[in-house]
Amino acid sequence: MAAIVLLGALAAATLVRLAPGFDVSEQQLDPRLSHDSVEALRAQRGDNANLGRFYRQYLSRALHGDFGFSLTLNRPVRDLLVERFPATARLVGLGLLAGWLLAAALALSGAWFRQPAYDVATAIVGSTVLCLPSAVLALLLVLWKAPACIAIALVVFPRIFRYARDLLARNYQAPHILTAHAKGLGPARVLFCHVLPVSAAPLIAAAAVSVSMALGAAIPVEALCGIPGIGQLAWQAALGRDLAPLVTVTVIVTLVTLAANSVSDLLNSRLPEAKA
Amino acid sequence: MRYARYVAVAVLLAVAAISLAAGYLAPANYATQFRESPNAAPSRAHWLGTDQLGRDRLARLLYGTRLSLLLAPAAALLSTLLAALIGGIAGYRGGAWQQLAMAATDLVLSLPWLFLLITVRALLPLNVSPLASVLITFLLLGLLGWAAAARVVCAGAAAIRRSGFLLQARATGAHGWRLVLLQVLPNLKPLLFAQFWISIPVFILSEANLGILGLGVAEPLPSWGSLLRELEELAVFSGELWRLVPLGLLVLVVGSFEIVLSRSEVNA
Repeated sequence: MAAIVLLGALAAATLVRLAPGFDVSEQQLDPRLSHDSVEALRAQRGDNANLGRFYRQYLSRALHGDFGFSLTLNRPVRDLLVERFPATARLVGLGLLAGWLLAAALALSGAWFRQPAYDVATAIVGSTVLCLPSAVLALLLVLWKAPACIAIALVVFPRIFRYARDLLARNYQAPHILTAHAKGLGPARVLFCHVLPVSAAPLIAAAAVSVSMALGAAIPVEALCGIPGIGQLAWQAALGRDLAPLVTVTVIVTLVTLAANSVSDLLNSRLPEAKA
Repeated sequence: MRYARYVAVAVLLAVAAISLAAGYLAPANYATQFRESPNAAPSRAHWLGTDQLGRDRLARLLYGTRLSLLLAPAAALLSTLLAALIGGIAGYRGGAWQQLAMAATDLVLSLPWLFLLITVRALLPLNVSPLASVLITFLLLGLLGWAAAARVVCAGAAAIRRSGFLLQARATGAHGWRLVLLQVLPNLKPLLFAQFWISIPVFILSEANLGILGLGVAEPLPSWGSLLRELEELAVFSGELWRLVPLGLLVLVVGSFEIVLSRSEVNA
């Protein structure tokens, strides 16, 4: 996991370093700046030009809590992250919660009722939302003045709903469910005692994947809804070819995604059904 | 469900045919400006009205659809070929090859797809010619979208490596490229086709996201992404429902791909 995080940061740093115009900033083209000021700016950027040196210095400083300085926003990256992380955490957290609640409600009710008309209606709703780009969802929510976390929820909901619906339908066809029905068990007991426990492991794995989906959607949502979060910071840093915040955000996003996957693996390893 | 698939295929064929004939069907060129009538409502001359610069919206929709429908499959083909190469070799060779390829796949998959795409796109030049912007956008989609498919292909190739028919083929003296071309690739074909088909709607939506954020196809070339940017102005021009036509067409096309897709997945 640590290797993947380090490689992720190195890949991001390499991409930025190789990007055309890396060593040129808009400030250097400002006619109000003197020749000495422009040279000072160039020297400041030149410190980052050697990728190996930049990466070594970055890691050494990061271990001491110093993630560098944003040249475009003119502030320490650490301050930017501390300031912006709560907004993203709230947006992604609420979005994930709402998306999962909606997906679970529709998938479970579909499994409970097992009515073809209901299945078709929910499938149409899910598929329609699935066909909308996350940026369009963000724009529509801005238009309707709705909370931005709904856009994240609508990105997560159709994918989880479809997966959970198919999973439950498949598990309902298992031989032990047929036996349970034959023994006269009620629909609630069949669902909660026999179908859901078998479905738990893949659903936990899907929860980890949904974190990655939500983080990805956070970029257009934050950029278009004007939310000052990590996604917007990554967006601004990428546009300004600002190495320090971009690498740090890359590492954080990779860490969060890998942490979600690790938690999911840990939970699954503790499930008796998963071992069977 | 079978009829739904027929309808979906018919919709895709009809949209593709109409967009391919954009040069004949469009009332004007996508870049022609009718300066006397910017932001015009639908009329007999302009069925979907004109945009802020006075360009015919129907013409831009037809040309934009053609661009997205031609290049998204091209990008999907590129990503599927990369997935076949990386995942196929890793799964077929196994051992260290598989571990190395899966580590690279994990690395790419650990970054959310849109995050990776937006970051890399923003690092490339933004002030390029429209044609170059089209190539950069769809090339990036193809080059960055291989990871998930590679994992699936790797699993498929590993299963073939352990299969009885491959052992039998080896026993008859087949080896090397002959084994790959005659035994492995034909058996991976359904899987590769499914991955190709899955990638098309994903890339169409990704291009739309990039276009809305201003990182997609550059003006004056139209694409679904650049056409959907007009939604930003809907708050001002509320009630102008014809502005939602590109979005409706996008949903129709991506939805049709999704319906056909379920069949491809089953076949794979």
